[in-house]
Amino acid sequence: MGENFNMADFKEYMRDGQVDHPPALYEDYKSTVLRSPSRKAVRLEHTLSEITGPIYGHGPIREGEDDLSIVEGEEAQGQRIFVSGQVLDENGKAVPNTLIEIWQCNAAGRYRHEVDQHPAPLDPNFVGGGRVVTDDRGSYKFTTIKPGAYPWGNHHNAWRPAHIHFSLFGPAFVTRLITQMYFPGDPLFPFDPIYNSIPNEKARERLISSFDLETTEPDFALSFKFDFVLRGKNSTPFEQENKS
Amino acid sequence: MRGITPSQTVGPFLKIGLERDELQYLVREDADGAIKILGHVYDGEGKPVPDAMIEIWQANIHGKYAHPDDSSESAIIEGFSGFGRSCTDKDGKFFFVTVKPGRVSGRGNTLQAPHLAVNVFARGMLKHQVTRIYFEDEIESNSEDPILNSIVEKADRNTLLAKISQSEKNNFVYSFDIHLQGEGETVFFEV
Repeated sequence: MGENFNMADFKEYMRDGQVDHPPALYEDYKSTVLRSPSRKAVRLEHTLSEITGPIYGHGPIREGEDDLSIVEGEEAQGQRIFVSGQVLDENGKAVPNTLIEIWQCNAAGRYRHEVDQHPAPLDPNFVGGGRVVTDDRGSYKFTTIKPGAYPWGNHHNAWRPAHIHFSLFGPAFVTRLITQMYFPGDPLFPFDPIYNSIPNEKARERLISSFDLETTEPDFALSFKFDFVLRGKNSTPFEQENKS
Repeated sequence: MRGITPSQTVGPFLKIGLERDELQYLVREDADGAIKILGHVYDGEGKPVPDAMIEIWQANIHGKYAHPDDSSESAIIEGFSGFGRSCTDKDGKFFFVTVKPGRVSGRGNTLQAPHLAVNVFARGMLKHQVTRIYFEDEIESNSEDPILNSIVEKADRNTLLAKISQSEKNNFVYSFDIHLQGEGETVFFEV
């Protein structure tokens, strides 16, 4: 039993930055209409259950899981790219040893998934899922193919800007994040309700990666940089006699 | 302070990157004290959500989290990570095979009832929702749980209780449905 746990030992996670997330209901993205709670979420003051989280929950990463551009020795079609960066928290502290999972469509804008009926070609040498764990400095790197844009059924002539889905854990239950990374200069940004669901324009732009010449590999691959900022802890410890 | 990276939906193709069937089993089905938690995710019209993903985070049977920030003296159990993930099928169904966690401390000098912290992701959800799974047969500890007690309406509190539904191969099976919206809407937490 956990009776001996001293609550004064722990610091809660900050809530201020939470306003930068999209709302549950954003009518321009039609699927939110029936999948958003109608009631306000109940504020839960953090306990041990929220400030801990699954840091050992994944199995071992196999060699090659960081490279989506090759399947069984055969190269995928499309523009080979690196996507790399650092995972930090709101206090600027690196988040080491955290699992990152990604998934994406191929260069033609088609996902290897039964639900995707877009009449663009599948690539036998592209599956579209990968995993890495950040190193001691919170850094990560994937090799992949630049995903294509693709149409979807949200509204007439709707197209998603090219993106890669990213899933991150961070050190606690409350640092969990799933998001999408976009590419600079995409002409589809003004028309995409998922991208525009983020109310704050500055926050929205945090999802756009930047082209980085320095980390390209000559005669091999272009390179995009994308850093993450996960929730950080409050600087002052939680007060023992909280009467809320 | 650095600006946080905003959330985006998992979209309809989440299984390409996230589906790992082994993560539905936190323990083996024949392990001592194994239970099954089985549920469905429904939308505001009561229709199943076939492209959702449920993740759970829990303490072990001693009430200890496999995490360095749990400084309690309870024992860690080798091989029990406390993390589970289940993607819903075409009927919106998910399940986990796990053990009922022990009690962990709450705020102040309180003790929480056995519970699982839950993240709910789906196409159509721009950010995941957070809820908890408690157990209906933990009557005494539930009555002492500060978070359960903060939910005023009994019907709302009930949305957080896994119900004993049947026994399967000597394992207790609990049912826990998640209603994203409308009738029987699950209580979600802002954490």
